[in-house]
Amino acid sequence: MDILTISLETAIGPIAAVYVLAAVGLNMHFGYTGLLNFGQVGFMLVGAYGVGIGVGTFGLSLWVAVALSIACAAVMALLLGIPTLRLRADYLAITTIAVAEAARLLYRAEFARPLTGGVYGRQSLAEGFYDANPFPAGRYGVLGVDFSANQAWLMLVTWGLVGVALLLTASLMHSPWGRVIKGIREDEDAVRSLGKDVFVYKTQSLVLGGVLGGVAGAMLAINQQNITPDQFMPQVTFYLWAMLLLGGAARTFGPVLGPMLLWFLLTAFDESLRQLVAADALPFIDGSDIGALRHAFVGLALVVLIVYRPQGLIGDRKEMLVNVK
Amino acid sequence: MSSESRTADAAVRDRMAGVEPAVGVAKPDPILKASGVRRSFGGLTAVDVEHLEVQRGTITALIGPNGAGKSTLFNLLTGFDRVDAGEWSFEGRRLNGLGGHRVARQGMVRTFQLTKALTRLTVLDNMLLAAPGQVGEGFFGSLVRPRWRHQEEANRERAMELLARFKLDAKKDDLAGSLSGGQRKLLEMARSLMVNPSMVMLDEPMAGVNPALVQSLLGHITALRDEGMTVLFVEHDMDVIMGISDWIVVLAQGGVIAEGRPEDIRSNEQVVDAYLGAHHDEPGAGAPGAGEEA
Repeated sequence: MDILTISLETAIGPIAAVYVLAAVGLNMHFGYTGLLNFGQVGFMLVGAYGVGIGVGTFGLSLWVAVALSIACAAVMALLLGIPTLRLRADYLAITTIAVAEAARLLYRAEFARPLTGGVYGRQSLAEGFYDANPFPAGRYGVLGVDFSANQAWLMLVTWGLVGVALLLTASLMHSPWGRVIKGIREDEDAVRSLGKDVFVYKTQSLVLGGVLGGVAGAMLAINQQNITPDQFMPQVTFYLWAMLLLGGAARTFGPVLGPMLLWFLLTAFDESLRQLVAADALPFIDGSDIGALRHAFVGLALVVLIVYRPQGLIGDRKEMLVNVK
Repeated sequence: MSSESRTADAAVRDRMAGVEPAVGVAKPDPILKASGVRRSFGGLTAVDVEHLEVQRGTITALIGPNGAGKSTLFNLLTGFDRVDAGEWSFEGRRLNGLGGHRVARQGMVRTFQLTKALTRLTVLDNMLLAAPGQVGEGFFGSLVRPRWRHQEEANRERAMELLARFKLDAKKDDLAGSLSGGQRKLLEMARSLMVNPSMVMLDEPMAGVNPALVQSLLGHITALRDEGMTVLFVEHDMDVIMGISDWIVVLAQGGVIAEGRPEDIRSNEQVVDAYLGAHHDEPGAGAPGAGEEA
């Protein structure tokens, strides 16, 4: 398969959709409300383990387990928000990054093993999901892009959820609720002085974005059919930030475009490098270096982005610069 | 003082008739009453006001040298800071322990010394945000557009009227961040009126505003009073203060040292003393009171 097709497949594939879902949540937090959430991966973790523990440990039906994922993400948002959202913005940032990492360590701890499976995680989680697959077996695709029936079903559901999330956030943000949320991003004291309970709005936003992260985690668990805690490293959060800023924060389609494009570029980069290495065109690079080079590539892409297009691909430059006094 | 301030003095006598120019004096119809309000930061007592009443329907100025506690008192009264002791009431309702948003909902709306325009919202959105009791402000209420569309229309009409009054109507679709400093002050004042307050608290409304706009701002403030609103404001510019105030409260080192009509204050020795050596206390030079930035 050629590089372009593989990259395109990744860009519209289920993993990209999972990242889009989590990025839509992060956009709610950062793009609209101005909340600095550096622990979106933590919401994905509790979401994934909602399915992992629900199905893997207690043998619940998948649909109940997804409800458990949503509940876990909402509870986590409340636990994070109640102590920090009355304080200055930095405290949420510190708390989210710490709690997300602490949650990973907690879920992988030996004493948690009866519940979470410890470092081994949980397996065979998605049978209920694929049993419900309405697509007959076979290959689905156009223009050389090609997916199995199960993948097609998964993509339909995940992108469907993305659609629902976009519809929900867009209609919220075009309402008086959204106006207050954006006001809080600009200056929460001003909004408070006008009689709005800023704390309640920030909590609502944190819960909504966190639940979207949780659903993304649940879909990740379903996609892989198994989960381990070490998939939820802090890098995931930073990839999500890179994706959101690449697409353009505070735009409905920013968090859709960003992850798709970044996954496209990452895959294209990986594949080109791999093929070059395989053809011995780059004798100084070993196949195992590709992962490290990929990180360097993301860093470079971010630097280029910040220099040439700080508002992201579809951000509003005018809006971006208005705060520079 | 100019003739303008003398005509204002004449109006003063009507509004505050029969009130003794004494610290803590009772007013005939107080809208705001505060007793024993105290706040200290570490060892520094920033505010210690024994008794203060603000008469309804007047313009009351709060003056004092830098660090006198004016802005801290503002923050305390409006729920933006917590008192160590004391109690205060607005329209007869106790405000102790209420957060800033609750105080605003009671009808006492403040502005800020450093203007807080919501810069990446349009001028019109700044106004609409302030409208009270919106159905669409609730998380779930906002999802059902038909439930709030009519209210939004009515709010928009009212917002446009206010913007026209403050001559900002042509800017309604501009981002608030693109306005000049003076226009932001106007927007902030217009926005506070969207809340339907019975009292507005203006923290240095003239700071950093060019002289042409000062006149227009003054006109707006007196117009508010003439419509029956109560105005309490902090200001440094003595011409402004003497010109439009019905009553002046002088704060020094956290306590009220004098109150009275402009002519009482002008001749008050204590006030002159408090300002002596504080001559750098010119408009614009105003560093805030202790705890201001906290």
